[in-house]
Amino acid sequence: MGKYILKRIGYLILTLFIIATATFFLMKLMPGSPYANQAKMTTEQIKIMDQQYGLNKPVYQQYWLYMAGLLHGDFGTSFQFNNQPVSYLIASRIGPSMQIGLQAIILGTGLGILLGAIAAIRKNTWVDTVATFFAIIGRSIPNFVFAVILQFFLAFKLGLFPIALWDGFSSSILPTIALAMAPLATTARFMRTEMVDVLNSDYIELARAKGNSPWQTVAKHALRNSLIPVVTIIGPMAVDLMVGSMVVENIFSIPGIGEQFVKSITTNDYPTIMGLTILYSTLLVVVILIVDILYGLIDPRIRLSSEVQN
Amino acid sequence: MTKILDVQHLKINFATFAGQVQAIRDVSFHLNQGETLAIVGESGSGKSVTVRSIMGLLANNAQVKAGQINFKNHDLLKMNARDLEKIRGNEIAMIFQDPMTSLDPTMPIGKQVAEPLLIHGKATKKAALHRAEEVLELVGINNAKNRLKDYPHQFSGGQRQRIVIAMAIVNNPEILIADEPTTALDVTIQAQILELLKELQQKIKTSIIFITHDLGVVAGIADRVAVMYAGKIVEFGTVDEIFYDPKHPYTWGLLNAMPTLKTDSERLYAIPGTPPNLLNPPQGDAFAPRNPYAMVIDYQAMPPFFKVTDTHYAATWLLHPDAPQVTPPLAIQKREAEYQILLHQHQTLAQRSNVNDHE
Repeated sequence: MGKYILKRIGYLILTLFIIATATFFLMKLMPGSPYANQAKMTTEQIKIMDQQYGLNKPVYQQYWLYMAGLLHGDFGTSFQFNNQPVSYLIASRIGPSMQIGLQAIILGTGLGILLGAIAAIRKNTWVDTVATFFAIIGRSIPNFVFAVILQFFLAFKLGLFPIALWDGFSSSILPTIALAMAPLATTARFMRTEMVDVLNSDYIELARAKGNSPWQTVAKHALRNSLIPVVTIIGPMAVDLMVGSMVVENIFSIPGIGEQFVKSITTNDYPTIMGLTILYSTLLVVVILIVDILYGLIDPRIRLSSEVQN
Repeated sequence: MTKILDVQHLKINFATFAGQVQAIRDVSFHLNQGETLAIVGESGSGKSVTVRSIMGLLANNAQVKAGQINFKNHDLLKMNARDLEKIRGNEIAMIFQDPMTSLDPTMPIGKQVAEPLLIHGKATKKAALHRAEEVLELVGINNAKNRLKDYPHQFSGGQRQRIVIAMAIVNNPEILIADEPTTALDVTIQAQILELLKELQQKIKTSIIFITHDLGVVAGIADRVAVMYAGKIVEFGTVDEIFYDPKHPYTWGLLNAMPTLKTDSERLYAIPGTPPNLLNPPQGDAFAPRNPYAMVIDYQAMPPFFKVTDTHYAATWLLHPDAPQVTPPLAIQKREAEYQILLHQHQTLAQRSNVNDHE
């Protein structure tokens, strides 16, 4: 297993290198320049700025310089946010985004698995219909609508939570719920489909024939076997949530990273785009690795085949 | 002989979009203590539904319309779910058809075999695993101790069926229901599994209901045979009576369709036609349209059981005193003749040994 993980980490670094390279060149192909009010700047001024940021060099040289910097852990300096180093910018803003994202993914997938399982067990009854209805609502209504509704009723009308403030756990509850709706709905749908399949399988009938009650059968045999495909979708969803949601963060005034991600692209803030892309990709490949290891823990057949490969 | 299980006038319908499918139409049979009863019939004849009703594992759209299943002074059909769970896997256990899909792929086999002991509170976790090891050795899994932690995909089909059997017998059930346990296995493994079942029956003194569509398998394992067709039992008797002196034309057809070493015809016989649609079962004998010996009355009235011997009954109008005498197909006549010879040999052997004893 240790050897397997080491090998995977090697691939992981290679993947990140390719992503960084591709992003760098694609980014340079984007139209526009980092100077927002370019019209007011003279050609001289632009030249000076270009020189200062190294943008006058050929693209391949810029690439070498950037990559060399990366090896030393230097992500460059943001063009727009008060000339902060990108690493500092990310470090100071990733915390709240990741906290809310993690809370949302745990809440969403946890409740989603439960809801999906119940819907499958009570297939074609009113319970199933209600669960399906909520799943469709959760999937089709955007999270910022939930955010506003929650904010209005629970925070503004009832005063149970702060309206828009970043101060401790209680202020993270509403954005967590708003963000959790989509993963909850997706997980519930996946779980229901999978569980219906599993509940129809021979080994479930055999489990009943052994004298298990319906609930024992689900807990001991059906749940684990239904989880295998569900784990696949949890990974990418988790990364999406952890790198922040611009709109939800705006609504609740959370000093997160979601907003920066969008702004950096519209303003051609090259170092920030690169930094965030590398962060996003790193999270994604690490989560995929974790998911693959989880697979092995859930499904012994996969565990064995990965051991054979190595 | 004591009856351990007595099924009386069982009627089961399935509610479908097309209407009520009458899967079981008045089935009665009993199981004696220590014997093996084979229920034979083609697909859709109701064999599996019958045994699933004993286990209380019918599909949700099944409705028991009438009947009783008596086990130890209780009617299983009237028991509540809780009490049935106490019997399932404990006093009545079941072996399933397909070993490739009937084991939980994500649970070690030791745990799966030990599970019935734990569910029914028969042992502690440690003792249950120890007992699982014993039972796995008993069913022929070598080196069971080191394989308790292995998963189903690490075993072959035959080994998996042995594990399924181990799960069924771990609580020493009084009744073992085997639903086509050899159908999914290749022929050499089939023979081994049948041998194992016979051995186990001796060792744990259980009664077996053996479901199959393969008469060849029946001959080797059963004490008595019930032949099912279109949701009804059409003939039942001891294994010799069914194989060598069958009375129902459907049984004739089944036996004729089974090749033996002595089969000399070029083509293998097959019963013509298809079974009736049980959505609207025909009036009279359901087999009549496929029966070359059918009489007018077969299309009008359901035949009752006619007694052949104390143990042998058949539901065909051919046994009615007023019915014309028909000669069964040639192959069946040969079987009867063989049987008479066998019987004669047995008797002479018995007499000789008697004589020897006296001397």
